[in-house]
Amino acid sequence: MEDKRKRNLILNGLLVGAFALFLFWAQVNLDGYKIQIMNLIAVNIILALSLNLIYGFAGMFSLGHAGFMAIGAYTCALLIMPPLQKQALFILEPAMWPFSVMHAPFLVAVILAGLMAALAGILIGLPVLRLGGDYLGIATLGFAEIIRVLANNLPRMTNGALGFKGIPDYANIWWNYGWCFITLVIVVRLVNSNYGNALKAIRDDEVAARAMGINTFRYRLTAFAIGSFFAGVGGALLGSLLTTIDPKMFLFLLTFNVLMIVVAGGLGSITGTIIAGVIITVLLEWLRIVENPITIGEFYIPGIPGMRMVVFSLALLFIILFRRQGIMGRKEITWDTVFALFRKRGVEK
Amino acid sequence: MTSREIVLETKDVTMRFGGLTAVHKFSIQVQKGRIVGLIGPNGAGKTTCFNMITGFYEPTEGSIHFMGEDITGWPPHKICKAGIARTFQNIRLFAGGTVLQNVMVGAHLRQKTTWWHAMLSLPSFFKEEKEIREKSYELLDAVGLAHLASEEAQGLPYGAQRRLEIARALATEPRFLLLDEPAAGMNPHETQELMDFIKQIKEKFDLTILLIEHDMKVVMGICEHIWVLDYGVTIAEGDPEKIQGDPKVIEAYLGEEYLQNA
Ligand SMILES: Nc1ncnc2c1ncn2[C@@H]1O[C@H](COP(=O)(O)OP(=O)(O)OP(=O)(O)O)[C@@H](O)[C@H]1O
Ligand SMILES: [Mg+2]
Repeated sequence: MEDKRKRNLILNGLLVGAFALFLFWAQVNLDGYKIQIMNLIAVNIILALSLNLIYGFAGMFSLGHAGFMAIGAYTCALLIMPPLQKQALFILEPAMWPFSVMHAPFLVAVILAGLMAALAGILIGLPVLRLGGDYLGIATLGFAEIIRVLANNLPRMTNGALGFKGIPDYANIWWNYGWCFITLVIVVRLVNSNYGNALKAIRDDEVAARAMGINTFRYRLTAFAIGSFFAGVGGALLGSLLTTIDPKMFLFLLTFNVLMIVVAGGLGSITGTIIAGVIITVLLEWLRIVENPITIGEFYIPGIPGMRMVVFSLALLFIILFRRQGIMGRKEITWDTVFALFRKRGVEK
Repeated sequence: MTSREIVLETKDVTMRFGGLTAVHKFSIQVQKGRIVGLIGPNGAGKTTCFNMITGFYEPTEGSIHFMGEDITGWPPHKICKAGIARTFQNIRLFAGGTVLQNVMVGAHLRQKTTWWHAMLSLPSFFKEEKEIREKSYELLDAVGLAHLASEEAQGLPYGAQRRLEIARALATEPRFLLLDEPAAGMNPHETQELMDFIKQIKEKFDLTILLIEHDMKVVMGICEHIWVLDYGVTIAEGDPEKIQGDPKVIEAYLGEEYLQNA
């Protein structure tokens, strides 16, 4: 038992070290487009892990990710843009105090972005989760829409429909993967702890969980707030990575992308989320091709915007129809399963 | 029967669902360290009594006292924390977890470290997690399921699932244990084992036990005092001999079944 823990600790250290070396290599050798995709992968994994915590492990169907991301992105952007830049940026109406003057380093800004999102999560969770969680989907969907409308209509805070341009691009590969690593460690710790067992118990049988002395409302609320925190962090990183944000960016489609990763990877599987995060991010980029005009011989097919979402919606439908548990189901790839695989191979030889 | 400290007392507890009175003026006193029973025909209101005692239903009228404290209307988790644990008539295990995890969830209630200790990977968290794991393992050992610790709870045979549910309830460190038809679906051999087992855990964990049971052998075999419900009304109470001889009980409940077996 103890030996195994030590072994896993060492192996995990080696894996993280190897991955860091890979990032060094990538930074030097890969072109900007590929680096951008790698960055998006990190951000998407953060977002999907946070949704998996909420939906997969705690069993709360939430459709509010775009809203939490928007809160995170706007909070962070307002904090990292220097006051002078904001003066030039707010052309509809001047920025309101304190948004006009506040300024903070990137790390602080991302943490505050997460905290603001968590606060929003608590504010919706307080009334809605009291009802037992059945209405969370619809309530969070409405919440995300409200956030977007607010972003459109509070020009002194958000610059209205114009949004922000030229947000400092601090979110490089190290920040993104650093946060991805932190999210991963925290979510893994949580779901593998006895606290995580309690969350899964609430998901599996709420009545029995209550009979075991678990305050299901409080546990759900906490898990929802932690998930919202990392959705806010993901939004903050995304804003800085893309350097522009506006209300249109935070449509339901954004939530849908994250949901797709979680469902495809497997509700309640962390390794599944990581695998699906990589695959789907790459596919989403790659499928941009289908939206461009294509000429095949004499035929000219005009680009159809939104085509890749059609493709993806169909893919999601197929997953739900034919492999509802996703790539991994609730299973995980661990060092044990990896070794077991090798051992089996060895025997066959 | 010498009189002892009262652990649980219900006073004129009534539960109405719309026009239906499921339980009418249910009043019992349970003495410390006893095994007592609640019997009655199907739909008599036994499980409803359990649901009121454990906070799942709020009584329409009446009050419930546990260790001298009025717990009427408390939420289930608070009642469990106060020291009342239960099992369910239709076994309710956490299907997604292993046997050990099911017991650990029961033990979670008494755990001091929580989510932020886990998040920050504090040493106190790892230490307590290990203690909880060991404690849960010991409980599984006590109910004879230690060898199945890492199996999926869902896949266990019926009798083992019942035992696991009891182990999980014990993990909450109760003083008062409610068992809803623990022998249901068991063969005579398993039932005999279960009776010994219930007596055993009562001694070992210093419990008071209230159980609902249809199997008269179990009820008459281990209960020191019995209440009989019929259509929500308490029609008799007393020790096994008295209940067996009570004409009202024989008519309402023991009736055919009892006479056939006798
Ligand atoms: N939540 C509820 N809403 C409405 N009616 C209920 C509810 N719970 C129980 N009842 C009714 O109360 C009556 C008593 O039910 P209860 O489950 O307590 O019976 P029981 O004695 O446990 O029976 P059994 O031996 O079949 O388990 C039944 O008529 C049942 O339909
Ligand atoms: Mg019943």
